[in-house]
Amino acid sequence: MALPPLTRRNSDLPLAKDPTSRFLMGLTALMVYLAALALAGALLVSDMTRRWDSGLAGGLTVQIMPLPDSAQAAPLEERTEAALTVLRATPGIATASVLSSGDVGRLLEPWLGKEAADPLLPMPRLIDVMTNGPVDTAALSARLTSAAPGATLDDHAVWLADLRRFAGAMHLAALGIVALIGGAGVMAVVFAVRSGLAIHRHVVELLHLMGATDRYVARQFESHVIGLTLRGGMTGLLLAAGTLGGIGHAAAGLHASLLPDLATSPWWAVAALAAVPLAACLLAALTARWTVLRTLESMP
Amino acid sequence: MIRFENVGLRYGTGPEVLRDISFTLPPGSFHFMTGASGAGKSSLLKLMYLALRPSRGLVTLFGKDMARVKRADLPALRRQIGVVFQDFALLDHLSALDNVALPLRMGGARESDVVEHCTEILRWVGLGNHLNSLPSTLSGGQQQRVAIARAVINRPRLLLADEPTGNVDDGIGMRLLYLFEELHKLGTTVVIASHNEALIRRFEHPRLMLENGRLHVLPAHASRWA
Repeated sequence: MALPPLTRRNSDLPLAKDPTSRFLMGLTALMVYLAALALAGALLVSDMTRRWDSGLAGGLTVQIMPLPDSAQAAPLEERTEAALTVLRATPGIATASVLSSGDVGRLLEPWLGKEAADPLLPMPRLIDVMTNGPVDTAALSARLTSAAPGATLDDHAVWLADLRRFAGAMHLAALGIVALIGGAGVMAVVFAVRSGLAIHRHVVELLHLMGATDRYVARQFESHVIGLTLRGGMTGLLLAAGTLGGIGHAAAGLHASLLPDLATSPWWAVAALAAVPLAACLLAALTARWTVLRTLESMP
Repeated sequence: MIRFENVGLRYGTGPEVLRDISFTLPPGSFHFMTGASGAGKSSLLKLMYLALRPSRGLVTLFGKDMARVKRADLPALRRQIGVVFQDFALLDHLSALDNVALPLRMGGARESDVVEHCTEILRWVGLGNHLNSLPSTLSGGQQQRVAIARAVINRPRLLLADEPTGNVDDGIGMRLLYLFEELHKLGTTVVIASHNEALIRRFEHPRLMLENGRLHVLPAHASRWA
């Protein structure tokens, strides 16, 4: 009695048994792991910069330094009031409030310790300013210096510029790492596909003689590589998720409010990380196709 | 169907293994190809199924000058040629059905049609009970029949067979040749390379006889006594 025909179709090329298959899957897992971490790092820096940027945007700080008696300036409290008067009369300033000595002490505590609260220590007065429109900071600075000697205006521009430069460098570094990983991945796929073509040369030649187009043969390699890189990529992504979860847990333990919270990452950041194995898979498929088509060109 | 004009073939810088080959095979013809080992039978077949390009001369297949055919057009031409290889060239990891299905799948046939046609043809060659068998589990004769089924599944215009009776006893050999006869009656052009004189003499077909790289075409009546 005849057996029922096969319902599951095998690939024409026995690529699954190749020794390069396991190598390619493991390598993809490692590369996706590293790429996901690099991308996560870039996304965290982005998020951190955005939060700091938005926190400081629209804010100015006026610092009024205590001056020595020899300067023959008005007392600190009077200069502070004069600065407040100038600020409140300036268009574009929404609020201007003086920080208490206690607040200033707490701000300086990381550098000066508990002594920062010592009333004998000459402490500057700080005015926290919020704007609600454009402010000519150069003109305001000149008026403040004139009205309250020892007053300086800080619009955080320098600090923000440094922060943005740092974030840009981090992005560039992450991009470079991802590009390097992608390049290594392309080379690994080229190697694996060429090995496969060499190992199964007689089968490829036979298919060729039977009328298989180059695309038909290339599709076999593509399917094989897609399967391997997808499995390797998902493994790498799971490992990266575990690592990021561990880092997030450790960061939460530090109560470091400056660090972003991984658990509350926006959906697009999660989607970007999830896309890493898919991107690796797509890159591998395109590389496999290109390698096979180029190699088969030499066949008559 | 096939026309060779002053065709020569050499491998690399070696001597010519085929010299001044000229012949014409009309559509629907049946020819045997004979010659001693090393006479160039396999090389001539390879030129016919486009595995090799001639070193010189003109090869015309299906009315097309092969020297002018673009590489991209070759697969479609090759799919019109069925080849039974001397060593069967079955893929060990594929079942008999999947081996036979290769030409259909390459041509983009629907999977349901593939299974139906392959099952039918394997039954026709007496392997209905071996659809899922791997080649390694089949005898030489059974493998030969899978190879033949694969060569004819696409209803090729040209069927080439290299020593198709080489690994089977005379009884199965006769059965295989009758199978080729049936295909020939359906309009397929057939060329069979063989050195089994006893079998060849039972059929009245012209002969392409190779001797030291040169070809002599013997008509059917002379072929019987060659």
